[in-house]
Amino acid sequence: MQESIIKLVGISKVFPGVVANDNINLEIRRGEIHAIVGENGAGKSTLMKIIYGLYQPTAGEIYINGRLMNVANPQIAIKNGIGMVHQHFMLVPSFTAAENVVLGSEPRKNTVFMDFEEAVIITKALSEKYGLYVDPYQKVEDLSVGIQQRIEILKVLYRGADILILDEPTAVLTPQETQELFAIMRRLVKDMGKTIIIITHKLQEVLEVSHRVSVMRRGKLVGTMDTKDATEQILAEMMVGKEVVFDKFHANQNKGKTLMEVKNLVVRDNRGFIAVDGISFSVAAGEILGVAGVEGNGQTELVEALTGLRKVEEGSILVNGKDMANRSPSEFRKMGISHIPEDRLKTGLAPEASVNENLLMGYQHKKPYESFGMKLNKKAIYQKTAQLIKQFDIRTPSGQTKVKSLSGGNMQKLVVAREFSFNSPILIISQPTRGLDIGAIEFIHRQIIEMRDAGRAILLISADLDEIFRLSDRIVTIYEGKLTGEFMTADVTKQAIGLYMTGKNLSTAG
Amino acid sequence: MYREIFNITLLQNTIRTATPLILAALGGLLTSHTGILNIGMEGMILLGAFFGVAGSYFFESYLMGILFAVTSGIIIGIVFALFVIKLKSDEFIVGIAINMFAGGLTMFLLRSIFGVKGAFSSPRIQPLPDINIAFIDKIPILNVLLNNHSLFVYISWILVIAIYIFLYKTPYGLWFRAAGEFPEALDTVGISSDKIKFASSILCGILCGFAGVHLSLGYLTLFTENMSANRGFIALAAIIFGSANPLMTYVAALIFGFFDALGIRLQGVGIPSQFTQMFPYIVTVLVLIAVVKRERDKKALQAKAGRIDKSQSQAAGNLTR
Repeated sequence: MQESIIKLVGISKVFPGVVANDNINLEIRRGEIHAIVGENGAGKSTLMKIIYGLYQPTAGEIYINGRLMNVANPQIAIKNGIGMVHQHFMLVPSFTAAENVVLGSEPRKNTVFMDFEEAVIITKALSEKYGLYVDPYQKVEDLSVGIQQRIEILKVLYRGADILILDEPTAVLTPQETQELFAIMRRLVKDMGKTIIIITHKLQEVLEVSHRVSVMRRGKLVGTMDTKDATEQILAEMMVGKEVVFDKFHANQNKGKTLMEVKNLVVRDNRGFIAVDGISFSVAAGEILGVAGVEGNGQTELVEALTGLRKVEEGSILVNGKDMANRSPSEFRKMGISHIPEDRLKTGLAPEASVNENLLMGYQHKKPYESFGMKLNKKAIYQKTAQLIKQFDIRTPSGQTKVKSLSGGNMQKLVVAREFSFNSPILIISQPTRGLDIGAIEFIHRQIIEMRDAGRAILLISADLDEIFRLSDRIVTIYEGKLTGEFMTADVTKQAIGLYMTGKNLSTAG
Repeated sequence: MYREIFNITLLQNTIRTATPLILAALGGLLTSHTGILNIGMEGMILLGAFFGVAGSYFFESYLMGILFAVTSGIIIGIVFALFVIKLKSDEFIVGIAINMFAGGLTMFLLRSIFGVKGAFSSPRIQPLPDINIAFIDKIPILNVLLNNHSLFVYISWILVIAIYIFLYKTPYGLWFRAAGEFPEALDTVGISSDKIKFASSILCGILCGFAGVHLSLGYLTLFTENMSANRGFIALAAIIFGSANPLMTYVAALIFGFFDALGIRLQGVGIPSQFTQMFPYIVTVLVLIAVVKRERDKKALQAKAGRIDKSQSQAAGNLTR
């Protein structure tokens, strides 16, 4: 139990402008379940990809079974008994379970033909041996996510893995499926002598399933401890840290009337499961309401429902007293709601279009930018876009530059510039500074505060707790589609919020 | 008149006219399984036809004709793969470029090497042999239908079966299909999906070379400008109609071949050729409409069953970034 199977010494990984892993020393022991926890962007996935050979470390050494290794690619990792179960499954949908398990290392007959019966026998034998029951003949596209995950684990075991890396395996599972997975994990470790590394940000799961736990924060390993010595309190503190990096902005004293009121909102996700489960809140003019939560707890679906992008099952969205539930996005815009989406490249911008065109979007029908219902007035447009580029400090070679060639920070400034320039009374802002450097974060934060002071009602959704604390006047916590608490920012600690957003105190939430 | 048109010879002609279609379609369905839509088959056939004639003329040997055609197919397949897979250009545009290039190059070489415009034929050009299978000689209908065809008719039958087995009964076929449907699944188990795509492009070039040499040395014994006559596109329609399954695609090729043959025969009874030449294309359009409708119904069904999982496809997108 004490023997180390993987040892990382001084591992660092630097991407252009970002230190993803900073001098990490970590030891994984044979036969343990080792949990690695941390907020989004803490560097957990990067570290695992280094172990699996998908990334090369900038500095540091990796020892596997006591030997110094250069894990140049996943094949080397696989040869050394390391298998990775990716968060997004690597399965071919139209293939059967058995075909997916053996893909790349197929059993053969007469050297060139594939032995399908043997593949089925292998899959059956493996699934019985490890208690991972799947029907080898079923096509993957017809199977539930939980079963697909089993196939993915079988795939790794078929290749002879002794060390399994599970990247956020519970993110896509229902609670029942999660319990089944934990049972499988325990059996693999206890009966089969496997070693498991599990990446997660759900603290309850860590306490439930792991032997030891390592906490990462902002690319650094904060500490490793035996799980029996850990509590949610301790882990949450380690995860979010005690120091405040930014100065907090002064709270706004001039709260106005309520502009948006959401009542008992219920929304489903793409799979048809309830993602937003009866949420109610209101936002007033001159106020920033922060929604704190670990990603994937319904924030995306909530924002989409509030901007007309997703169907509302139940409940109402009152804007100036008018119910906007299930109206179209353009109607939401007409009612004065601007939206900074969480994914700037996918929904916030048209990457192939120019800076000018992206800044114009939403204005193209309006005078003086358009006349006769069809003609775009270049002069008026360029005046407007040049002014926005200057005001929001968008660093671009010219207005004609394609947006995809800008840096992340400048892309985000572009989205902010466009959305703020509508002068909408209500702003819905999702993950405004994800992946940006400190300068851009500071700039965007100041713009948001300026909007608040100008009397806008702002709903801020962020997985970055520091950001929530810095900007919000009021904070609600979201966990599994429900609001678990509501606080005035001045009256609450980050540690407390950390607990609420990981599902603690669900019953006593006020 | 009815008897003159609809008789056993019509079916024999159907097999003849379907052969260049299925040869090219077999190549195109290989790339379509690895996730590449190859519009350039038209040009690849044309190059095969020209170099087949050139090889046969210079060496007075049909085997050299085949060798020339195959070599041109390999080279153009590599060029296509370099642009589409290595340089990640748009496969549609590269395909169109190949078609235009092939049209221009063959016209140019026709004039500079053989000094003729429009068409080139010569007694030096050795045609592909017809194959006589002795024991069928005595069987009345089968003799007309299956015997004494040009070499590549028989090769195409063998290839249909061989490629079917390759795709559905060997590990390599599994890799081909995985490379098209979910390349990351293949890459993460240590097989480069790009290499598989590369291989499929080269095989497609070879098979289109076969189709070309069959046209210029089997079907006819001459080269004319643009003699591929949109067969590359009809082959594409056959692939879509046959869901890229070699057997079904051959059925589709036979249907197109039938209407092609019928058109030629109707000319014989006085129907204007401008009209009869439209036949295969009208059928192509109708077939494609039927396919689109079938796909749409299938999608509607899947959407009803809630099986189209947006998050899954997004996940795939994230990984490729």
